[in-house]
Amino acid sequence: METFLLVGGMFLVTFSIRYVLLPFSGRIRLSAGLQRALGYVPPAVLTAIIVPMALMPDGQTVRFSVSNPYLIGALATAAMGWIGKNLLLTIVGGMGVFLAWKWVLHAGWLG
Amino acid sequence: MVAQTRKSEFFRGARDSLPLIIGAVPFGIIFGTLSGSAGLSVAGTLGMSLFVFAGSAQFIAMGLVAAGTAWPMIVLTTFVVNFRHLLYTATLLPHLKKLPHRWQALLAFGLTDETFAVAVGRWRQPDDSPHKHWYQLGSMAFMYSNWNMCTIIGIVAGRMLQDIAGWGLDFAMVAAFIGMVLPYVKDRPNWCAVVVAGAAALLFHGLPHKLGLILASLAGIGAGVLADAIFGRRVGPTAKKQEGS
Repeated sequence: METFLLVGGMFLVTFSIRYVLLPFSGRIRLSAGLQRALGYVPPAVLTAIIVPMALMPDGQTVRFSVSNPYLIGALATAAMGWIGKNLLLTIVGGMGVFLAWKWVLHAGWLG
Repeated sequence: MVAQTRKSEFFRGARDSLPLIIGAVPFGIIFGTLSGSAGLSVAGTLGMSLFVFAGSAQFIAMGLVAAGTAWPMIVLTTFVVNFRHLLYTATLLPHLKKLPHRWQALLAFGLTDETFAVAVGRWRQPDDSPHKHWYQLGSMAFMYSNWNMCTIIGIVAGRMLQDIAGWGLDFAMVAAFIGMVLPYVKDRPNWCAVVVAGAAALLFHGLPHKLGLILASLAGIGAGVLADAIFGRRVGPTAKKQEGS
């Protein structure tokens, strides 16, 4: 019962957020300024999600150091994406650098 | 440009989502894997992937379940974490408003970060294909089936491999999201939006219930708008590279 309420509640709020504007879409007129502002939604939201993940892997302290494989992996991913422009290679390559760096740290090569 | 059929749009949407879907694979597997030790039943785990279909909210909910949080609190947290999707719907509003209600409901259900990022690029392309919603459907259908398959694999794997959680596979999400952001940062307003959103996310990180995510997003959007006003209009939508097949 508890599980049903939890999943049902999560479904309701998530779907409502994604849907609620649509039935009124005929009556809503977005101003040009607002539309331009909405253009910044994807980069702003996605960055706000990934920066803490990369810089605070434990969710508590900022680790701006080479001993943070998430940071090194993120920088490598960005560099590869910037140069290569291929999304698939960027993600797989970034994952590879992250795992390799983790392994290097684990092996203790950086002291 | 060759005329696009419903089918070709559907499969293009699926194909263009492939890189992001690969990024979601480890994430989905980890979700299923960790659910057991978090104290979430198989029904609850699968139910979330089937009905909620929102990666980061599912992870946070799982963490809260593990911490013994009451379900109304978890639902409230889900609301805050997913509130950003309201901005996604608002962004797609001009494109979705002509669709029948059933289509709107269907596409709204599957409006994940990944599908939004891919679909907004297609909607903003200048061609007047009448079937662009099939492109978005293709993206969400592929994303949805993959997410649920990965959840099941994770549930099974979690009962077999105990330490999979420590492998750090959650980095795949960081990599996928970086890949999604890069096509945007081509002009000064977008640079400002990204830098401010990132800095604000760190600054507000300690706020409860992921409120920091909302505040940081708004700060980033504000910075973009401000920079836009200072540096002038940006050079057209740089939403996403697409080959104009």
